[in-house]
Amino acid sequence: MSTTSHGSGQHEEYPPYLAHHFDTMGQQAGAAKLGMWLFLATEILMFSGLFLAYFIIRYFYPDMMLSAHEFLQKEAGALNTVVLLISSYTMAMAVRAAQTSNTPSLKRNLLWTLLCAGIFMVVKYFEYSAKIEHGMLPGRFYEAHYHGYELVGLPHIFFAVYFTMTGLHGVHVLVGMGIITWIYIRASRGDFHSGNYIAVENTGLYWHLVDLIWIFLFPLLYLVR
Amino acid sequence: MAHHPAHADHAPEPDYIRAKKGIMSWLVTVDHKRLGLMYLASVLFFFLVAGILAIALRTELFTPGQDFMSAQTYNKVFTLHGAIMVFLFIIPSVPAAMGNFLLPLMLGAKDVAFPKLNLLSFYVFSVAAIMFISTLVMGSIDTGWTFYTPYSTATGGAATMAVFAVFVAGFSSILTGVNFVVTVHRMRAPGQTWDRLPLFVWAIYATAVIQVLATPVLAITVLLLGLERIFGVGIFDPALGGDPVLFQHFFWFYSHPAVYIMILPGFGIISELLTVHSRKHIFGYKAIALSSVAIAIISFLVWGHHMFVSGQSELAGIVFSFLTFAVAVPTAIKVFSWVATLYKGSISYTTPMWYGLMFLWTFTIGGLTGLYLGTLSIDVHLHDTYFVVAHFHYVMVGGTVVAFIGGLHHWWGKMTGKMYNEKAGAIGALLVFVGFNGTFLTQFFLGHQGMPRRYYAYLSEYQFLHQISTIGSWILAAGLLWTMIYLLHSLWYGEKATGNYWNATSLEWHTQSPPIEHNFHDTPHVTGSPYDFPEIDKSGATH
Ligand code: HEM
Ligand SMILES: [Cu+2]
Repeated sequence: MSTTSHGSGQHEEYPPYLAHHFDTMGQQAGAAKLGMWLFLATEILMFSGLFLAYFIIRYFYPDMMLSAHEFLQKEAGALNTVVLLISSYTMAMAVRAAQTSNTPSLKRNLLWTLLCAGIFMVVKYFEYSAKIEHGMLPGRFYEAHYHGYELVGLPHIFFAVYFTMTGLHGVHVLVGMGIITWIYIRASRGDFHSGNYIAVENTGLYWHLVDLIWIFLFPLLYLVR
Repeated sequence: MAHHPAHADHAPEPDYIRAKKGIMSWLVTVDHKRLGLMYLASVLFFFLVAGILAIALRTELFTPGQDFMSAQTYNKVFTLHGAIMVFLFIIPSVPAAMGNFLLPLMLGAKDVAFPKLNLLSFYVFSVAAIMFISTLVMGSIDTGWTFYTPYSTATGGAATMAVFAVFVAGFSSILTGVNFVVTVHRMRAPGQTWDRLPLFVWAIYATAVIQVLATPVLAITVLLLGLERIFGVGIFDPALGGDPVLFQHFFWFYSHPAVYIMILPGFGIISELLTVHSRKHIFGYKAIALSSVAIAIISFLVWGHHMFVSGQSELAGIVFSFLTFAVAVPTAIKVFSWVATLYKGSISYTTPMWYGLMFLWTFTIGGLTGLYLGTLSIDVHLHDTYFVVAHFHYVMVGGTVVAFIGGLHHWWGKMTGKMYNEKAGAIGALLVFVGFNGTFLTQFFLGHQGMPRRYYAYLSEYQFLHQISTIGSWILAAGLLWTMIYLLHSLWYGEKATGNYWNATSLEWHTQSPPIEHNFHDTPHVTGSPYDFPEIDKSGATH
């Protein structure tokens, strides 16, 4: 193929946050964003495998699902839904703050988001403890009948699905908390401003996905009809 | 304008191998070329290990009865062979090893889009490999590489560890896939439009898309299987109320696309080899490029052809059978285009060309026998026989491995800076060709006569064909060992490679061999197709 070379402007004024293998900040941000969207696609596909398993189990055992889901605490689930929705809002505000070079607002909103995520995990902790106490455990560890609960059919599958889906989601929340903490530290160092905010934006995308998955988990697990 | 060998107007710069020194400079490198070499060493190591296991299997099958492996040992050995070959050799072979090395070079970029992620991916792969190897001391696995339930939920041994090793390996694959897709989208040199991409890049791109879309499903499948083994969650295990066929759907939803993760990169290599070594512009550039994408799409819709006898509905069987035939169309477009490329070309019988020609035969046999298996009524007879074993080895060994070895020779000088010996290469290719066909052609007949797969012993009627197969495998092993020896030998005693020793035109040939750390002194600008050879045809005599 015919090619020509041009003396690429030998590193005049190299922006401080530009990695050596990119030519412009635009190229770098575009790559990061596309990468993030692809990663989110893999997350969705991974969870969709679980959703599929859920629907098949529900199709096999509709009565069991209906009876077992009554033992989940709807109020706790609803509270967590609200908490996550608020955190999505504060996360969006954080991204906005980064875009407008407003570091104090960025840090404040990240802290609010972290707080919401923390509340979510605490609520989950109490929910899980209650399940464990009543022997409503997944698969062969299920022993709610020793605690005086008589559920229809094969409830150990329901609790297996419940723990797997919410557990995997919970791991994502924990990972998100770690990332937000790291973004907070970087924000404190003054890394982010209108010329460099892609990391905040990507964290936001991830966090919205984690919320979105919960928006599906909540009705499917807590509000079976 | 003609190719430029390593720019003479620049002061000599050390190549990427010599640019930094010390073991640490390798362990924490983010240079895609070094990572490519590290992957190459790893996958070749696993190819060797799993190859030794294969020879052990074939040797056990030399006589009808038990020789040196019990039934139980045989199960463990074929499982380990298959699983290592699939997850630790062939899936990372072309994409992670050669793709890493070549992709940025072919795009005229300094590196992949996410170099640190690339390093992470290598370490994730290493962890998976260690987990896998550790199953050896934990009681081994005997489920077959497919981990079918309910056996895999009941058997002891180290299946849980193996399943999580696959889980981890999947993440490495996903990270590489994401990285490559973004690299192709965002890192192309100025002027390199989509219709000026080398076909290897198209193939790696289509592969990366499949890796990104299919591997998460594998991840969740093996995660559920692991949970089934630990907690007895009751999703796959029929004794607990689960559905074992559901596992098969999950598994093949990944694993059929995965066979295209294995073969598409091989297609890409063949497109490069056949054009460069026949000095002809590729025939049907667009058709080859887009057929990769078509294959990537259809590959998600055919998984049920592995389950014709699993009790899925008849209608599903018919639909899956039809869609399976549909995949043959884009695949055939490729094969015809390659043959047309050779027509009136100026073919030089270099080692890469020998492997390219070999591929046209062996892959085509593998592909066509796939149509037999995709035919409902015939599959009922051939399912789980040696016909299947022969079919997938024709595709994976006769296709991917042959392309891989051909590509290894083609780019060997680029990667290492040393040339292999052509005569030794031709001898190796001949041994591989004879050995490979001896091993696997016989197995079509065995399978057709009813020899089931995964057995350590057999009826004496089958002995003659089995013995030819085993002798073939020894010849194949000799060919591969011979190849390994002369390639290693060339590292010390080989001639020095020039920047463009094939007179090729894609961008990786526009820098020295081995390339400098940042690939190019100046960002290349692309103004034409990667397969324009005419000016070289005229001046060809000078080289
Ligand atoms: C190098 C020459 C090779 C030889 C001689 C060989 C030989 C064998 C043999 C004897 C079996 C067992 C068949 C049975 O008892 O059912 C087998 C299975 C298998 N081989 Fe190979 N093989 C070779 C290369 C490869 C390669 C490169 C791959 C790449 C993917 C591969 C993938 C498999 C798989 C997936 C199985 C099935 C394992 C199972 O049933 O779980 N083999 N091979
Ligand atoms: Cu298939």
